Amino acid sequence: MTAAVTWLRHGKVRLALHELRGGAGRPLLLLHGLGERTAAMPSWAAPWSGSVMALDFTGHGASTVPRGGGYTAETLLADADAALAHLGPATVVGRGLGAYVATMLAGARPRLVRGAVLVDGPGIVGGGEDGPTPQAYFRLGEAAVSPDPYALFELSRDLRPPDYATLFVRLAVAGSGLDDPVAVTAFYRPPWLAAVAAEPGVLDTTIPAALATYAAAD
Amino acid sequence: MTATAYPGAEAPARQYGIDSNGVQLAVHEWGRHDAPALMLVHGGFDFARTYSVFAPLLASAGWRVVAWDQRGHGDSGHAELYSWDADLRDALNVMDRIGPDPIPVIGHSKGGAMMIQLADARSARYSHLVNLDGVPYKRAVPDVASHERTRMLATDVERWLDRRRRTVDAQRRPGTLDELAARRGRMNPRLSPDWLRYLVSVGAREDSDGWRWKIDPTMIMGGFGPWRPEGTVMRLPGLPMPFLAVLGGQMEEMGWGTEPEKVRPFLPPEGRLEILPDVGHFVHIEEPVHVAGLVLDLIGRPG
Repeated sequence: MTAAVTWLRHGKVRLALHELRGGAGRPLLLLHGLGERTAAMPSWAAPWSGSVMALDFTGHGASTVPRGGGYTAETLLADADAALAHLGPATVVGRGLGAYVATMLAGARPRLVRGAVLVDGPGIVGGGEDGPTPQAYFRLGEAAVSPDPYALFELSRDLRPPDYATLFVRLAVAGSGLDDPVAVTAFYRPPWLAAVAAEPGVLDTTIPAALATYAAAD
Repeated sequence: MTATAYPGAEAPARQYGIDSNGVQLAVHEWGRHDAPALMLVHGGFDFARTYSVFAPLLASAGWRVVAWDQRGHGDSGHAELYSWDADLRDALNVMDRIGPDPIPVIGHSKGGAMMIQLADARSARYSHLVNLDGVPYKRAVPDVASHERTRMLATDVERWLDRRRRTVDAQRRPGTLDELAARRGRMNPRLSPDWLRYLVSVGAREDSDGWRWKIDPTMIMGGFGPWRPEGTVMRLPGLPMPFLAVLGGQMEEMGWGTEPEKVRPFLPPEGRLEILPDVGHFVHIEEPVHVAGLVLDLIGRPG
């Protein structure tokens, strides 16, 4: 990949932010799914007039692989916030786990996220309403490889209650000034995503239509 | 630097490091090296040597007391990431180092809650479980309208992210030993100034511009997430080992403020609840002899 890389810092972690394509206007920030990286421009991003930027989450792509795990979706939220701190207002597209992070980011930084588009991809598929989370604690391999096996292990079994996700949608609706700050395009909808899609202020649409809507928004 | 003297406080007999999946953990042991082992687990934003009075009481009854500083705390390494699950994995690595036989496990506050979860996952490794004011339960908050609660979350999340942005160059604020003790005293108003000064002398380091707590400055107290404290008591009824919970009756900022009647219905068949009405969150610091006695009555005195 030849895209220009900007190195961001989140605590002790160095994050790679790839510029997949330059452009004038509001950037499009792509958040990959669990175990992924975004190495190339997706075709559906071509009509976007601003720059197209892709973040490697902690333990993924070219970003730092930490020692001994400790991942949470909230850590990845702060990764994405580091990208927003650098880019300023952006429209965000997230795949799988990245869609979950995009939902939280839309609620946490409603003035900076000008539309969050939630797309199919690998990541959190659980969504237990209550009760303990599953548990297994063991030692994984010691070598730092990307994607980090700890990220795959910890984040893939991290069950997320639907009402936690919908809280962030409500924060986005209350704080963004957009009529519909979140757009769900995913076909597969785990319980948290089905709950998000059912909230007021959430579009049920396609990726191109969602991007066209947010391109026209303030 | 030698520790400030405090009555009954003893330095560990042995200190060493172990590797936990790439993170260095500092282990502190009291008692004879060939005595039967038990594990002692500290709470959030604490460190192993907060047991400097309590651990020697167990050691003098014939136990080898093994405690460690959780990642980012005390003398342990500062990790890139921190999470509940990572702390549990670290605990299991310490347990593996002690050996395969079941041992008594004693945890305070967050360490107590963590050890309930590990007991559920690895019951065969526990001979007994003692929880010192560490059964999490939803804090009783006054009635708040749901839109108000949502606004509170918005503020919490934004404040947390703002602080994450500042962690890149974060350092702990330096001060004199007395200033650090006074700051800690605001979080732990029931602890004596002499004890707080002792804690600084073992939990902080002296740099050229003053004393700093050793804890990783990127760690932030509080935060948010989908974790629900009630999930912990749901694990209690299934625990097969003898279980003792000691709850302090005086509510404090660093505790969960769990009321006895929230815990009692969930006690396992071999479980017992002891309430200390006039004691705060740090039951083993306020009444070390009494609490050590309760623990030894459960786990025995190898002599």
